[in-house]
Amino acid sequence: MAELPVTEAELIERFGPHLNEMPAGGWESHANLDREVKTHCCFCGQQCGIILKVADEQVVGFEPWYDFPFNKGKLCPKGVKRYLQNEHPDRLLDPLERDPSAPGGFRPIDWDQALDRVAGEIRRIQAEHGPDAFAVLSGVSLSNEKSYLMGKFARLGIGTANLDYNGRLCMVSAGKANMTALGMDRASNSWADIPLTDVVFLAGTNVAECSPITTGYIWEARDRGAALVVADPRVTPIARTADVFLGLRPGTDSALMTTILHILIERDWLDHDFIAEHTTGFDEAAAAVADCTPAWGAEVTGVPAARIEQAAELWGTRATGMLLHARGIEHQSKGVENVLSCINLGLATGKFGKPGCGVTTITGQGNGQGGREHGHKCDQLPGNRNIEDPDARAFIASVWGCDVDEIPGKGMTAQEIMEAIHRGEIKGLLSICFNPVVSLPDTTLTAEALSRLEHYTAIDFFMSESARYADLVLAGSLHEEDEGTSTTVEGRVVKLNQAKKPPGRARVDWDIIRDLAHRLDRGRYFDFEGPRDLFEELRRASAGGKADYAGITWERIEDEMGVFWPCPTEDHPGTPRLYEGGRFAFPDGRARFQPITYRPPAEVVDDDYPIWLTTGRTVSQYLSGTQTRRIGPLMEQNPDPWCELHPRLAQQLGIVDGAPVKVTSRRAAMTVAAKVVATIRPDTVFIPYHWAGDQAANLLTNRALDPQSKIPEYKVAAVRVEAIGEDR
Amino acid sequence: MAAVSVQLTSKPIGASRPLAGSFGDSMFVIDQSRCIGCRACVQACAECGTHRGRSLIHLDEVDRGASTQTVPMVCMHCDDPTCAEVCPADAIKQNEDGVVQSALKPRCIGCSNCVLACPFGVPNYEAELDQMMKCDMCYDRTSEGLKPMCASVCPSDALWFGTAEEFAEQRTGTLVNEWRFGNQQVVTKVRTVADGAGPIEVGAEASFRWQDDPFGLDDGSGR
Repeated sequence: MAELPVTEAELIERFGPHLNEMPAGGWESHANLDREVKTHCCFCGQQCGIILKVADEQVVGFEPWYDFPFNKGKLCPKGVKRYLQNEHPDRLLDPLERDPSAPGGFRPIDWDQALDRVAGEIRRIQAEHGPDAFAVLSGVSLSNEKSYLMGKFARLGIGTANLDYNGRLCMVSAGKANMTALGMDRASNSWADIPLTDVVFLAGTNVAECSPITTGYIWEARDRGAALVVADPRVTPIARTADVFLGLRPGTDSALMTTILHILIERDWLDHDFIAEHTTGFDEAAAAVADCTPAWGAEVTGVPAARIEQAAELWGTRATGMLLHARGIEHQSKGVENVLSCINLGLATGKFGKPGCGVTTITGQGNGQGGREHGHKCDQLPGNRNIEDPDARAFIASVWGCDVDEIPGKGMTAQEIMEAIHRGEIKGLLSICFNPVVSLPDTTLTAEALSRLEHYTAIDFFMSESARYADLVLAGSLHEEDEGTSTTVEGRVVKLNQAKKPPGRARVDWDIIRDLAHRLDRGRYFDFEGPRDLFEELRRASAGGKADYAGITWERIEDEMGVFWPCPTEDHPGTPRLYEGGRFAFPDGRARFQPITYRPPAEVVDDDYPIWLTTGRTVSQYLSGTQTRRIGPLMEQNPDPWCELHPRLAQQLGIVDGAPVKVTSRRAAMTVAAKVVATIRPDTVFIPYHWAGDQAANLLTNRALDPQSKIPEYKVAAVRVEAIGEDR
Repeated sequence: MAAVSVQLTSKPIGASRPLAGSFGDSMFVIDQSRCIGCRACVQACAECGTHRGRSLIHLDEVDRGASTQTVPMVCMHCDDPTCAEVCPADAIKQNEDGVVQSALKPRCIGCSNCVLACPFGVPNYEAELDQMMKCDMCYDRTSEGLKPMCASVCPSDALWFGTAEEFAEQRTGTLVNEWRFGNQQVVTKVRTVADGAGPIEVGAEASFRWQDDPFGLDDGSGR
């Protein structure tokens, strides 16, 4: 296939995004509820507890779940309006086949026809071009059970090494750094530790918009007297209230952290006993920051040296501290180094494994934590095992009942898969819950790549911008149409309950995959009745691994309001706080300092592209917007993307608030409305990324990858910004 | 908000008219400084059983060009509500809990006197209904012991509903519910949080805050 089957306008007319404004059956529906279902929100890694109201077999509203301990009824606007993705006019109800003569370019077909065709294309492409020429892209909007299933299906059902997931665009820098320095990859603490801390350090995390419930925890700490330090190129809503604000230049995070380590060492704000007893590598890490003086740090980051010293003093002298970081430092070509430079600060001051102490990422995607543990990453097997470790392979082969050689080796990462598709090396693709044409950097290349596939099947509940390029679009299930488990930002495994069945001929995702496995003659490995069987198999597959779920049962989750892994046995209480007693997840129990030397971003500003671009989220949208751009009240909050720029820059460029501006990078140009605000650095502009087509911020972003995590550098690019309209 | 014309005084918690009815000991507290502008309150207000998609809470940006500060505003539920006092049709009623209701549909003449008179700018005239609508403290919820929708969902506790004991245990700041607008003194059921006790001194010389120069541009310390 090549281009879109019909014009974009025709696709949008038939499949949306259209806006859903009201509950199914109108506001009267609330009067006659069938039931209320306790489950979780689908729109971020916090996985807030929520009660969905069901009337006439449709989800028609919500009620706060006051008893769920994480959020106690609190929700952000996405959670409040999540129910409006239900009974939606754009909901896919059938398997669809590309047909340029059909309305919207796709026609409904039978499941048998559809799945036989997918199976046939998989085997044809593999026969002609080799097993790895067919790739799978999965997503962490999926439950743990489905994440596990997608990993197993790609390896044993299809037999390809090229499986990766959209967590590659989110958590992998933190994951890699955590494994390297701490020996395992999970939040270091449950959020119950935040109120106990004396200093909260937020590095590259816009918690007010991306993890709003976390703001309540931070205020609890501040009510006890905790100080707040925020490092961000923008004065975000939480930053506005900080005690110390470090308004750093995009891409200089590790310079900030190495400067702070330098100051901690110089002033001897160190926990020498902790360093001696529980870590290795301090001397090398200290040597690496020998020249990172406050003056040097100020020069590189743009932050006044006095403020860096204030932050170091707060972190170094307060008894307890928690450093929370997110995509701001992780979405960089040195994302892993940025995270390691933060972990070094925790290790140097002994701020791990104690109440109110920890350094942790704030996971972004719905099942961002669980989805990165169960084997749908290209380099991983269930239990967060390394796919290249012979013992791990042998163990998983024993659980799966297959020959160890049937498990393919390490495959390509998500962005690498897309570039291999573009080069013609990968010919076929199956995607689920992944909208790369919006979420990957350099949109133009992604769209070209999808156009070059010999075969593309997308499983989704709405026609995402990527699914428009597909040969087959299979109607799968929404979060509330299936059951299973998810693992939250805290490492708490929670239960997702089914509120309703998929509508029309749409099917739950695991049923589609199981059926496809049978058609590929691999049914013997996919003999399960439903998600509970998958969870039981996942427990066995994770047993003894880094992410050990062996002792967790669905019953325990419901009884205990979630269970924190690792939980190796059914009588184990679970582990809300990691590294207690300074014991890290290595055989010798010691954490590994890593020497970090600052290096610049992959692309830096120059005469042609003199302004830094950084991208991110806004509170009313989630990821690529496939769901949230279809919810009317959320779109009303921010109907279109915008470009934030400082009044000084605006004046220099002759730009006024609200006027369209042209933003050009080495990849492409886009036009977007200016938002002139003094809350961003004057050398930097910001555009939120949730929109598609000519509104996609990823038209501009750079495909440069972190060499270790292979995360793209969404947070740093060089652009030119121009007023458009009248000549100047 | 017109800070200069408003004088704030603090009053010990519970010193105003005692709270009656099924509200029990609970009180509603606004702490504007904690607002993150997410609009969860606006979205949730519309979902309250009797609001039927209509949001009655205000959430305003103060000056987005300068700051991300946003301000949520529910009805303050005055002891002697100005809106009711100026209503020529006697359409605005206060129930036994002290909650001031939207205008009664059969009586409201849509004159908007209440909209103009409210010192907090709360009532809305809804043209398609030809009726004044305002925050009713989710009376269908609070009368059954549930929190109002906005204070239930507010992620940052800028909007908070609970007892004075819970507030004292969990929160810092002084609660304020007595206001003077010129010669008019207003006591409200809803409280706001001020940093310290006593009247706020308007016009005092402020010490430097980093928020005045977030990136160190003025003194050249930032680059």
